[in-house]
Amino acid sequence: MAQSLDRLRESPSQTAGPYVHIGLTPNFCGIGGVYPSDLGATMVNDKTKGERIGLRIRVLDGTGTPLKDALIEIWQADADGLYNSPAELRGAADPNFFGWGRRPTDMDTGLCTFDTIKPGRVPSNDGRLMAPHITLWIVARGINLGLHTRLYFSDEEKANAGDSILARIEHRVRVPTLIAERNGDTYVFDVHLQGEKETVFFDS
Amino acid sequence: MPAKSGSNRRPETGAFFQRDRTWHPPVLTPNYKTSVLRSPQKAPLSFDNTLSEIAGPVFGHAMLGELDADLIHNFARPGESALGERIIVYGRVLDERGVGVPGALLEFWQANAGGRYRHKRDGYLAPLDPNFGGCGRTITGEDGGYAFRTVKPGPYPWPNGPNDWRPSHIHFSVFGHGFAQRLITQMYFEGDPLIWQCPIVRGIPDKAAIETLIAALDMQATIPFDARAYKFDIVLRGRRASLFENRPEGN
Repeated sequence: MAQSLDRLRESPSQTAGPYVHIGLTPNFCGIGGVYPSDLGATMVNDKTKGERIGLRIRVLDGTGTPLKDALIEIWQADADGLYNSPAELRGAADPNFFGWGRRPTDMDTGLCTFDTIKPGRVPSNDGRLMAPHITLWIVARGINLGLHTRLYFSDEEKANAGDSILARIEHRVRVPTLIAERNGDTYVFDVHLQGEKETVFFDS
Repeated sequence: MPAKSGSNRRPETGAFFQRDRTWHPPVLTPNYKTSVLRSPQKAPLSFDNTLSEIAGPVFGHAMLGELDADLIHNFARPGESALGERIIVYGRVLDERGVGVPGALLEFWQANAGGRYRHKRDGYLAPLDPNFGGCGRTITGEDGGYAFRTVKPGPYPWPNGPNDWRPSHIHFSVFGHGFAQRLITQMYFEGDPLIWQCPIVRGIPDKAAIETLIAALDMQATIPFDARAYKFDIVLRGRRASLFENRPEGN
């Protein structure tokens, strides 16, 4: 026998369940007084650099019904394409932009909204710039392992055409599943968990 | 909230180990019925982490309130406390290399001692405890260690099969150093016979994987005449060394 690599194995995931709000957005579900506010509820302030945008996201199940008990987290670069993270070695990100947000889907409509800024471009591993994008992580009852995907922007056609991740999608007909439609200052994005329009989810 | 670290260690920027999806529950676990219409059916897109997955937010200890890691008191009226078996849950957050993960934000939530959640969608017969909210959070120390105080949650019936019961469990949400390490899981309690009957638990194919989610009773960590203790370690994806990777300048 060879030496052991002494590796551990990742803890297996379990669903966030129907009561994920209690843990992650307690104020949203009526548990007040424990935390001053729900983490990730506000992403921008007056000093944040960049173009203000809104995101209107829904998550639809295999029948096309919006999930009303899901929770979405987003993670993005600042207006200059820098992440507010120790792993960002190219420079200091905007101190007025944390880059991470968390919102539940509305319990009646299933709509999930974020007020944020449009991110700048971040280089891929080959040094070329990726198109502006926001990383999404979706959890809910019935989802056994949090789903990763990205939101790209419909008004960035040229950048999208040169994006190294979008380029990896073999079935080109699925590329639009990752592109949010611009409507004024708002981008509308439907995540389809199943069906013909199933969103491209990531294993990265 | 930029990262403020007192150490002069260079931040790690390597990509994370490939996730072993056979170790996690598959997306479709038909005996857990809600997964049927919520499970993607197409293969996911695989690619090596880019900076978007390698980077992640850092939460500072300054955001924590004094009672955040004390579920017995963080929702209770002054001078009162939550009902139930008093326990301490402690452990470490490690990565697959066995290295402690400092600065990891842990958020946890659970039912009360009777198995009832403080949530408008939970209509179980067991009463709410006016002194129990059910949420808490903490941030791991330099060695990845953490601890919190709570009451042991009760098991409860749930609408899946005609008579399915969840074992006692605490939900954990974990942030590592990169967004690709993001994980939600559940902690179960040693000796609970309901673990092996639960359709959500049994979505995990490997018995050895399930056992890593069962916290061990640790009588040496108890507080005599106060609380028993359970030890629960959590493992996040490991990360590759980036030392010999051939990348363009600045990446």
